[in-house]
Amino acid sequence: MTGPYPEDLFDIPFTSVSAFILLMSSVTMVLALAAVQRGDQHGLRIWLLTTAFMGILFVSGQAFEFTEFHRQGLSLSTNLFGTTFFVLTGFHGAHVTVGILILLSLFVMAQRGRLTQAESLHVELAGLYWHFVDIVWIVIFTLVYLIQP
Amino acid sequence: MTLAEFRGIKAATGEGGRAAEPVHRQGAHPGPAEYIKIGLTLAVITAVEVAVYYVDALSDVLVPILVVLSALKFSLVIMWFMHLKFDSRLFSTFFVGGLMLVAALFVVVLATLGGALV
Repeated sequence: MTGPYPEDLFDIPFTSVSAFILLMSSVTMVLALAAVQRGDQHGLRIWLLTTAFMGILFVSGQAFEFTEFHRQGLSLSTNLFGTTFFVLTGFHGAHVTVGILILLSLFVMAQRGRLTQAESLHVELAGLYWHFVDIVWIVIFTLVYLIQP
Repeated sequence: MTLAEFRGIKAATGEGGRAAEPVHRQGAHPGPAEYIKIGLTLAVITAVEVAVYYVDALSDVLVPILVVLSALKFSLVIMWFMHLKFDSRLFSTFFVGGLMLVAALFVVVLATLGGALV
């Protein structure tokens, strides 16, 4: 297999911070749900926006990582590592991006007063999607980044 | 309406359509304080994961330690944040069933193509 290899590219401290941000965005997501369930509209808006912002930070970090890896010679066709890495983390990043759009849509609904306590199911379903994206990253972070051959 | 309430409502049954009644007794969701405690626990586990990665003395047992810590984080998120701990067992069954299917597929693919992939 031609390089570069994972050990040449991975910046574990940087990715750990990204993983931490995504993990903590799950906390802000459930805080948004708790807020809407108790009728706290201000809290709902704050936590939805915080979650979306943390998602944007994560995706920005991923974009930076992709750019850096590509600059160092890794592409989809460089080697098996490049193919699997970009496909796996790229699909995950795409799902995070969709999640951010869902969160921002919910924020706009909340701003317009269309996301009341009675409609908290929307926030709960968006939360399930967001947490699922989070648990997938828990697995990817361990299997791809921390456990290296 | 919460998802728990949504799931707990049974359509009116019988002649005359009696009032809806809960199919499952759903536990209440945790409050913000409990969510923050779980969040702090997740943060600590992540810090331990990264710390363990840098300890050379643990390199022989690195993989099992990381897998256990990762599984712990995974479980905390699905049980507390995705509310499986408080929901009907049916949803946990679906979730675990899906995971087992994925694991089986993973093993079959590796057993079949593993040599060709490495």
